[in-house]
Amino acid sequence: MSDGNIPATRTEIPVEVVGNRQGMFGGRGTGDTSGFGGLVAPIVLPGPSSRPYGGWFDEVADELEGALEEQGLDPADAIEKTVIDRGELTFHVRREHLLQVSRTLRDDPALRFELCLGVSGVHYLSDPGRELHAVYHLRSITHTRLIRVEVTAPDADPHIPSVVSVYPTNDWHEREAYDFFGIVFDGHPALTRIMMPDDWLGHPQRKDYPLGGIPVEYKGAQIPAPDQRRSYT
Amino acid sequence: MGIEEKLPSGFLLTSVETAAGWVRKASLFPATFGLACCAIEMMTTGAGRYDLARFGMEVFRGSPRQADLMIVAGRVSQKMAPVLRQVYDQMANPKWVISMGVCASSGGMFNNYAIVQGVDHIVPVDIYLPGCPPRPEMLMDAILKLHDKIQHEPLGVNKRRAQELAEELALEAVPTSEMRGLLR
Amino acid sequence: MTTHYEEAGTRETTEGRVFTVTGGDWGEVVEAVAKADDERIIVNMGPQHPSTHGVLRLILEIDGETVTEARCGIGYLHTGIEKNMEFRNWVQGTTFVTRMDYLTPLFNETAYCLAVEKLLGITDQIPDRATVIRVLMMELNRISSHLVCLATGGMEIGSTTLMIYGFRDRELILDIFELVTGLRMNHAYVRPGGLAQDLPPGAVDQIREAVKLFRSRMHEYDKLATGNPVFKARLVDVGFLDLAGCLALGATGPILRATGLPNDLRKSDPYCGYENYDFEVAIADTADSYGRFLIRLEEMRQSLRIVEQCLDRLRPGPVMVADKKIAWPAQLAVGPDGMGNSLDHIRKIMGTSMEALIHHFKLVTEGFRVPVGQAYAAVESPKGELGVHVVSDGGTRPYRVHFRDPSFTNLQSMAAMCEGGQVADVIVAVAGIDPVMGGVDR
Repeated sequence: MSDGNIPATRTEIPVEVVGNRQGMFGGRGTGDTSGFGGLVAPIVLPGPSSRPYGGWFDEVADELEGALEEQGLDPADAIEKTVIDRGELTFHVRREHLLQVSRTLRDDPALRFELCLGVSGVHYLSDPGRELHAVYHLRSITHTRLIRVEVTAPDADPHIPSVVSVYPTNDWHEREAYDFFGIVFDGHPALTRIMMPDDWLGHPQRKDYPLGGIPVEYKGAQIPAPDQRRSYT
Repeated sequence: MGIEEKLPSGFLLTSVETAAGWVRKASLFPATFGLACCAIEMMTTGAGRYDLARFGMEVFRGSPRQADLMIVAGRVSQKMAPVLRQVYDQMANPKWVISMGVCASSGGMFNNYAIVQGVDHIVPVDIYLPGCPPRPEMLMDAILKLHDKIQHEPLGVNKRRAQELAEELALEAVPTSEMRGLLR
Repeated sequence: MTTHYEEAGTRETTEGRVFTVTGGDWGEVVEAVAKADDERIIVNMGPQHPSTHGVLRLILEIDGETVTEARCGIGYLHTGIEKNMEFRNWVQGTTFVTRMDYLTPLFNETAYCLAVEKLLGITDQIPDRATVIRVLMMELNRISSHLVCLATGGMEIGSTTLMIYGFRDRELILDIFELVTGLRMNHAYVRPGGLAQDLPPGAVDQIREAVKLFRSRMHEYDKLATGNPVFKARLVDVGFLDLAGCLALGATGPILRATGLPNDLRKSDPYCGYENYDFEVAIADTADSYGRFLIRLEEMRQSLRIVEQCLDRLRPGPVMVADKKIAWPAQLAVGPDGMGNSLDHIRKIMGTSMEALIHHFKLVTEGFRVPVGQAYAAVESPKGELGVHVVSDGGTRPYRVHFRDPSFTNLQSMAAMCEGGQVADVIVAVAGIDPVMGGVDR
């Protein structure tokens, strides 16, 4: 075995497993007669990318990391991982540093992401400790770029700092994410329900909240609500 | 609502019924209750091409107090339901309701936590109008059918009798999901 | 997560349990307001009001005729579409998104399909003809959306003629939509991978005719409104929002362009091959409702230009991606019974090929699988940037779909536009924002 072909040491890449898929055909409930019922495959979100990212992604990542370092913040501490997937750049930011990162993204002349396109909550029910994701899309009109910032919070402590002080446009967006997912945005000026009535119980777009449909009656028959039907996913 | 309701059953009441029905159907004033997609088609019906003015009802009343027809045009959310009922309560009798589109009639494709599964849970409905959204022609057809219904609406004793009969029939009726045989 | 809510009071009756909902601490709020001894009046406009552009509730604090504070109450049309889509397959998603902002159905569909195609990795494989028809339909849709904005806006400020004109011309476009998609609204025409069906015979000629007719009618709007002193008196300098305000509040579309910034995704981040079309981005420098009105008029003219270019660009070809694992198995054919699968296809699957039947059945009932991941796609809708965030867990159904609707974001700027103005100007400002509540509440 020469030096040239020693296998590289395996580094454990942290991947985000958000669930398991059973069987081959996505059927649930009824017995799987296909013989593939025992098949279990994890659902893995795209893992972190390594340099070079390609295109303008490197430039933005360098600028952001440099700017954070200037402010005395360790970039590796603030940015959990950087993911390039399907031509989109995603920074996974730790929630305690979200405010500083977003302010840097907005104010640094080389970054200048002036326009925040709101926050979209995603609820990964089977990703313990990181159930709630808040996904921000930021657009730079100056540089015509688009990036994504993702922050997670556990269900047990659903707190994420509010970015309304940086991007006032997120006022309603954060209220919406609170209303639908129960993510509490600390520092939001008035975090109240926006879509549902004030006395509504629960946060309806979480995965553990049922769809809430009723069975549909036909002449001589009845079919269950869409979330109760037998289905293949 | 007035003295006509006190009339004894007979020739006089029937004549008053015909006259009152004719007068009522000829001057319907819809309240604007546009909610979603159907509201756009409702406005289209009032505008140039379909011209609801031909039936004397192009003026949509902003105030429910001046209206006697509520066209519930669109999906009714749980948050909107109390408002809808309040607007209905504010309308003066006699009043009619057209449930325009599947969402208003049955919840339609939105069988979920947010939408009331049929506006008849909140207000009594006279005409259910299917479609997503119904074409303006369909809305006009529904309105003409309602005109017909209003024309033949009984008053006073006759009305009470008709209501009692309807209730009796409804109590005896087989629930939809238990109907068997030729399903049409 | 455990959140504690105050349970509503209950009492048992013969009919079952009856809840008494009093609405939290609102009683205290009302009492506190009643105690404050001053002249301020809180006016609730809506949610059912003829001038609020849909089921929008405006809460205005007024002092005489001056609005001192303005707030919006939304959610009266919340439909739970985003959640409902998680229980339907990817293709059925288009049927839901088309009903979000019901004045711009084709933009919703296209944005959603672009996002799904990005997840599938088939963005480059979409046939040219499908892309051109998407652009064509979107631009026609832009015109019809702007027409409704002018029409309802006109009606709200008392110009009924503008309303009649707007709806009259919108019918021209709806006729085309009906011919092409089979429906006047809520089309579900754009599908992941392409289109539901090709343009029917005669469509191109009808579109050309309509464009010609519409162009001859455009000047009527100029005559009726643009120079009209009454119209100008209502709109000029009303609903002012400058560039800094727009960016802070995230306002896009005509509101942002009225401040003089030519920000248009069709130019800055082209999708669907918009970089190949020749058109200009309409801007104004007044930052008020009148500027937004002028922009909408100009955008309609530009859209007509793009529509004509699309018609010239149309080449025969498929309108669905070639990958048979994604493409709808049968091209829909508008038959004598309305829309339906083409008879040739039915003959094939029922008569000759059982594999084709299985394939058809699997694809139609289950749908295709989309690889794990997330994607964001944005289009320039008539109201601004319409963004779609789609997450897939590798299944046949979306894991999460979120729409960043321009109306929702733009409506936030209502308070900044109205405070300090007159009550009547609130109506003009809201009409200038052109929110569609179906898009705001989803």
